[in-house]
Amino acid sequence: MTLAKHLGIALIAGVVLLLLSYKIGTYRDYQLAELAAYVVAVAGLTVLIGISGQISIGHGAFMAIGAYAAALLLMHLHWPLELLIIAAAVVAAAAGGIVGIAAARLRGPYLAGATLMLAVALPSVADRYQGVFGGDQGLNINVSVPGFLGAAFPLTQWLAWVCCAAALITLVLLANLGRSRIGRSWRAVRDDEVAASLAGLNVARLQVLAFVISSACAGVGGALLAIVTANVAPGAFTLTLSIGLLTAAVIGGLGSLAGAVWGSLLFVLVPGFLTNLASSHGLSGAASSSVPIAAYGLVLIVVMLAFPSGIQGAVRRLLGTAAPTVGTPLSALRRQAPARDTKEKGTT
Amino acid sequence: MKRLRTMTFAPVAGLAAAAMLISACGSSSSSSGGGGSSGSALTASAPGITSSTITIGSHQPLTGIAAPGYDEIAPSSNAYFQYVNAHGGIYGRKIVYKYLNDQYNPSMTSTVVRQLVLKDNVFAIFNGLGTPTHLAVAPFLNSEKVPDVFVASGCECWDAPSTWPYTFGWQLDYVREGKILGQYIKQHFAGKKVGYFYQNDEFGQDGVKGLNDEIPAKQVVAKAAYDATNTAIGPLVAKLKAAGAQVVVSFSVPAFTALLKLNALGLSYNPQLVVSDVGSDAITLAGLLQSFAKQSHKTVNGNQLTQGIITDGYLPALGDTSSTWNQLFTKIHTQYLSKLPFDGNVEYGMAVGYAFVQAMLKAGRNPTRQDLVNAINGGLGQGPLVAPYAYSATNHNGVTGAYMGIIENGVLKPQGSVLVTDTTAGGAITADTAPQPAAPTSGIPPK
Repeated sequence: MTLAKHLGIALIAGVVLLLLSYKIGTYRDYQLAELAAYVVAVAGLTVLIGISGQISIGHGAFMAIGAYAAALLLMHLHWPLELLIIAAAVVAAAAGGIVGIAAARLRGPYLAGATLMLAVALPSVADRYQGVFGGDQGLNINVSVPGFLGAAFPLTQWLAWVCCAAALITLVLLANLGRSRIGRSWRAVRDDEVAASLAGLNVARLQVLAFVISSACAGVGGALLAIVTANVAPGAFTLTLSIGLLTAAVIGGLGSLAGAVWGSLLFVLVPGFLTNLASSHGLSGAASSSVPIAAYGLVLIVVMLAFPSGIQGAVRRLLGTAAPTVGTPLSALRRQAPARDTKEKGTT
Repeated sequence: MKRLRTMTFAPVAGLAAAAMLISACGSSSSSSGGGGSSGSALTASAPGITSSTITIGSHQPLTGIAAPGYDEIAPSSNAYFQYVNAHGGIYGRKIVYKYLNDQYNPSMTSTVVRQLVLKDNVFAIFNGLGTPTHLAVAPFLNSEKVPDVFVASGCECWDAPSTWPYTFGWQLDYVREGKILGQYIKQHFAGKKVGYFYQNDEFGQDGVKGLNDEIPAKQVVAKAAYDATNTAIGPLVAKLKAAGAQVVVSFSVPAFTALLKLNALGLSYNPQLVVSDVGSDAITLAGLLQSFAKQSHKTVNGNQLTQGIITDGYLPALGDTSSTWNQLFTKIHTQYLSKLPFDGNVEYGMAVGYAFVQAMLKAGRNPTRQDLVNAINGGLGQGPLVAPYAYSATNHNGVTGAYMGIIENGVLKPQGSVLVTDTTAGGAITADTAPQPAAPTSGIPPK
């Protein structure tokens, strides 16, 4: 039943997006494709943080892994688009599994630090192995419109279709997962690890699974982004991206898939809008490029103070369907602080 | 159950709403096409051209590691365009130059150029700056059939008329430059140990290709490649010092030339520096040296540190006040750009702006995008450049030569005549003694 409901809604949304892509023009199609790519990545991250209770500030690295995997497979083996996306998911999932296992004993800020390290270090691999990964210059990948659409079909519209399809599929899968036994087990582990373990849940396995799935989503998001921008370079996967993904998940509402959409929307649209606003008010090119980052930080602070459940929380309250949510986004993570610390309160 | 429904409905509805939001924010831009017609009426003959304006776009590093110096180029081109606009424009149309910041980051270049082409509907992309950055967008521009003229990079890759027919270089390409610098080193530093310091991408690699063509292999004792994202080049400079390089050839952007000099100073290492013209503007370097040194709480005299740097130039030397081109550019600089110093970047920006106006005038009263491409394919007069252009239907490289020079007291002093060559290994380097044409008195290229 749940599956049928999810699929039905996804189908309706798919038709709406299809019709929309004809109306909005090539540039907005490009932005729609970008948006969908980020939705996939942020959705995986919000599930990881909001539902399984683990933090990652290194998801940009998994996006990079997926993007480079797709780029290399396209360049050297000329795989078709669908296979590229699946391959990106698999490779990123494998990486996520490794990271998940390595970080299984870490909680809270220590896990954050480990994932941060990943985000900082991974892009440098491209510079180190320049022959394979193209260094700072990166790799150019070019995808063309499939034959059956005709030569005059706009590339950006095709990309929008591909990305929106991937986003809808991912959202359906994640929504089902959230409603399933695994989703409930994740919530149990997130809320009280000790109780969950006493109830017979394999905590470590569930946490690694969460990492695997969220990094697979990030990998798909990265591959889609690479295809949309036609370029994979370390400069696309900076620390700012990882923090931006986290911010998008938090602002949208942790644990909520709709929140992933709101957050991604802000992530894609706001910087450009603010830059235009700043330069139309006479700020120099350099200054107006810095306005979005400043505003982003400001918005994050305001949201954390005033709307801890993010945009989706505010929407739910408006619609009167406010449910017991995860509480403040950080409280769930705080509960994950190592229990051993409180045991010994001896001499100071 | 109600919560369930909302929770499952919300995400996909959210995606649909998001898409609608984007479309609501969006402005649909329609380009009116029309055949170019000869006659006095000005029509909207191509995207980006109206009866009164020509809109062009560019991607520039306005912030970031490549910004010092390079962020002056687009405002300088814009100053020249404003001068032209104030004196009748191009067949009465004013040039609108929209340049966006890509922070020398190829991923941002992708986004910014798509905005210019798909949303702002520019007629052409002009002077896109950077080798790694522009490589990210050249395929897109050619598949969209947008003229990609006078790329601000000397990569050999822009000379590809069969695969990228809409892309044209302008400045001295790095292979030619490597050959000219290499020949100078071969002649003046025979027997000395040579080290290479270069950016780890097509820019540096093309330069090295040209150098290797002239400098005997056994003279080269070390090669150190830097990444533009990593300013900690101490180990690279130590490598050059350890190999005993007495001459260091540098294909680097200004920030990294300054870092090279400062790191060498710190190691008490004082090789003869031979620097590519993209990273050797004396005024920019002096400023960078002083500001980088200040970050480590040291004071240096910029001009003292740039003394003796050997480089090349393909525009009139800044100190040459008798040059009619310098007189024209100084006049425009005083009127439109007084806040910036009159340095090599300003001269570059105005000179490439002049080339664009030349090409647009040649393209006709109501040009299509193809008309602009054809105009450049037919060849352009060399204008303010010291050597001829290579432009033809089969060659999209820009200027074919330069003169060597040494920086003395913060000013580039030319040495010897202009040298022209080609991009082939073993191709001859010959002197071009033809006098440079004078600037038009109006400052606007002849039609």
